[in-house]
Amino acid sequence: MKELDTGFAVWCAIIAIASASVVGDVLLARAMKQVGDVHDLWDRSGLWTVLGRVLGNPNFFLGVAAMAVAFFSLLFALSWGDVSLVAPAAASLTFIGNAFAAKIFLHERVDRRRWIAAVLVAAGVVLLAG
Amino acid sequence: MKQASRVSLHHPLSLIFAVLNPWVAFGILLLLAFFATYMNALSWADLTYVLPATSLGYVLLALVARFALHEQVSPLRWVGIALITGGVGFVAGGPSLTEHPEADEPCQREEPEVVVSSEVGS
Repeated sequence: MKELDTGFAVWCAIIAIASASVVGDVLLARAMKQVGDVHDLWDRSGLWTVLGRVLGNPNFFLGVAAMAVAFFSLLFALSWGDVSLVAPAAASLTFIGNAFAAKIFLHERVDRRRWIAAVLVAAGVVLLAG
Repeated sequence: MKQASRVSLHHPLSLIFAVLNPWVAFGILLLLAFFATYMNALSWADLTYVLPATSLGYVLLALVARFALHEQVSPLRWVGIALITGGVGFVAGGPSLTEHPEADEPCQREEPEVVVSSEVGS
């Protein structure tokens, strides 16, 4: 019974990690698209402008906050469960979730090529844990 | 994290002490380096392009486990490595950025070859 409880808690943590990662990734991607190409900006205006633009973007901070939630959920989960289960399970859920989220919220063109890539990578990550 | 004692929801402060562990701190430093390069990539490429590419880290991890730590890598794991590599190859063959014609973003860049060929054609 105790093992079942721990397993359930670990899977709850895995879903929490994946959800927070997806939210964080989408917000960070949106923030960096608003900032624009870092190479170009650095060449034109220098490092401080790049840092100012990035650190002045509210989406960046929301994204970092979501990533922090994901990171601490990962620490919690790793103290309960095996790294070989938690890390790949959370990562593959994140890959699939991100493909949906990028299509819906970032309006990225997730074509067949990218779906296949997301599924292949998610499956590969699961197999690596096996 | 296995060196640190079990983190419990009832003792959230134990998480702070876990961060003081040198291995955890070094890991965080490397994560920061990853984060800076990841942000840079996201500034000029789609999330669905960058994310599968970062998964090459898992392949690297498995190779380090095999050749540096001399861990046994099962055939199933080699299949996993092949799948990830294949997935990255798939996404790398496509365009890195979705063009949004309606958006006035400064990140619309044409590939040089395309520009040259259209000039030749006209």
